[in-house]
Amino acid sequence: MAAYVVRRLLQAVVLLFIVSVLTFLLIHSAPGGPALLANPDLSREQIEQMREQLGLDDPLPVQYLRWLGNVVQGDFGSSYNTVQPVTRLIAERLPNTVMLTGLALVLSIAIAVPLGVLSALKRNSALDRIIAGFSFIGVSIPVFWLGIMLIIVFAVQLKVLPAGGMYTLGAEFSLVDRLEHLLLPTLVLVVANLAELTRYTRSGMINVLSEDYIRTARAKGLPNRVVLTRHALRNALIPVITIIGVLLPRAVSGAAITETVFSWPGMGRLAVEAAMTRDYPVVLGATLTVALVVVLSSLVTDLLYAYIDPRIRLG
Amino acid sequence: MTGTSISRYLEQVQERPRRSWWALARRRFLRNRVAILAALYLVAMYLVALLAPVVAPYDPNEGDILYIHARPSREHLLGTDENGRDVLSRLIYGARISMSVGLIAMVISIAIGSLIGGVSGYAGRVVDSVLMRVTDGMMAIPYFFLVLIVVAVFGSSFRNIVLVIGVTSWMVVARIVRSEVLRTRELDFVLAARALGASSTRILLRHILPHAVPSIIVAATLGVANAILLESALSYLGLGIQPPQASWGNMLSNSQAYLWENPLLPLYPGLLILLTVLAYNFLGDALRDALDPQYREGQL
Repeated sequence: MAAYVVRRLLQAVVLLFIVSVLTFLLIHSAPGGPALLANPDLSREQIEQMREQLGLDDPLPVQYLRWLGNVVQGDFGSSYNTVQPVTRLIAERLPNTVMLTGLALVLSIAIAVPLGVLSALKRNSALDRIIAGFSFIGVSIPVFWLGIMLIIVFAVQLKVLPAGGMYTLGAEFSLVDRLEHLLLPTLVLVVANLAELTRYTRSGMINVLSEDYIRTARAKGLPNRVVLTRHALRNALIPVITIIGVLLPRAVSGAAITETVFSWPGMGRLAVEAAMTRDYPVVLGATLTVALVVVLSSLVTDLLYAYIDPRIRLG
Repeated sequence: MTGTSISRYLEQVQERPRRSWWALARRRFLRNRVAILAALYLVAMYLVALLAPVVAPYDPNEGDILYIHARPSREHLLGTDENGRDVLSRLIYGARISMSVGLIAMVISIAIGSLIGGVSGYAGRVVDSVLMRVTDGMMAIPYFFLVLIVVAVFGSSFRNIVLVIGVTSWMVVARIVRSEVLRTRELDFVLAARALGASSTRILLRHILPHAVPSIIVAATLGVANAILLESALSYLGLGIQPPQASWGNMLSNSQAYLWENPLLPLYPGLLILLTVLAYNFLGDALRDALDPQYREGQL
């Protein structure tokens, strides 16, 4: 196990290094450098001076290492727009995104696993087809449109839920108020994640049901219920754990768009607003933070997988 | 088997009409009614997009101040928007964006994916591990943030959006092509080609890549669906196709400001995105069943 952990950790570090190089190169291939310097009021000398201050005339590898050194110490620089440290902006927004995405993922799993198992047990039945049909709609529906439609129904027409934000402005903190604001964005994200998770649970279960040990369990006369819960479901759920790691980048992307629809103050909205105003340090910081969270989560799920299933770490 | 039964068997085999692999695939595909419906829908949408100036009843950018937020009527079948522009005409012109972005971005991503996957699988060793780590790195960044960076740096125009989506979505194709190359590279016909003196490029293009075509077709179809979703999301966020040019995504973001006055407005563009993406997903699924009979339900 220790060897596997070390190997997997090294992989994660290499992955993050590549991600940082990719994002750094992208940002620095911007034609004409940072938008900051495109200001027509600046004289040639001032631009020269700023370029020198920002170290933009150094060779690219030198710039990268200097930037990486700061990032490792948790310093992403300051926002071009608000001059606030990027780290602080991210620290304000990250918990909100984690709360929304986390809640949606937990709920998706709670719904998708029973649906997938049911689908696998009643393969090719009417129920299985209905679930498959909904899965198709789930992967095809634009999340932002679903969000707008829910706002129209529940906020505009029925007037029972808020149209956006994280809490009622000026009101005292209350759990009910928080939950009311969470409900619609969470629902949108659950729909977005549900399809994939259901499909994976279904195929995991179908694979396990064809294994020899299931036949053995049936042959020795165990009741069907025991075979399914003790023998089949347990093993079918193992691959579902890793899928969460695979699904996470997409779930985070979906969350970023959903945050914008519901004016949810999270990382996604931060990045979108920064992208619109070409606030490079913020875009870079937000992307790297999200990538870090994603890589760490998939590391954790992989280690969990290896811990539960010895075939992985030995194979 | 005795001599006579072998010859009888051979006769039977020869009597059977000869069908090529593609003909069999076509038969399997044509049995799927949902897929045919999806294909017909897509053909119709491409025709509408192509013939937009002929089909659209009004100029998509010309507003009529007498008809602001008009309900659906005989003059304006789907009503008008906040500038009195005909919604149906804007939807028809918007189709041009969605339908073409998906196709062009897909072509780009397949070109990049095939190149990287092919080289990676064929060259092996250091080249392979470097290229695959870069692929992993691209997949670890949530694609949406990757796209955000590129749009922030290079700005948003039709050309940039298409390029960005293509350049950030080649990873699945690269994986598919690489595994196909690894599978076929040691097979006898490749050795034979090499023995005959064929160059690496020729072996890769003429002998190995054709085996990956069915999987690439499936990945491409599903890729178009994702590209359309991504373009509409970017346009919705204001980072894609810029108004006044109509795209389904930016029509949606416009409509969100008038939910109280005109709640029907966001219904149509979203429905069209959903139907189009759904059609591509159905098509991709049916193509997988038709082109890859070994793919069974139980497999991941």
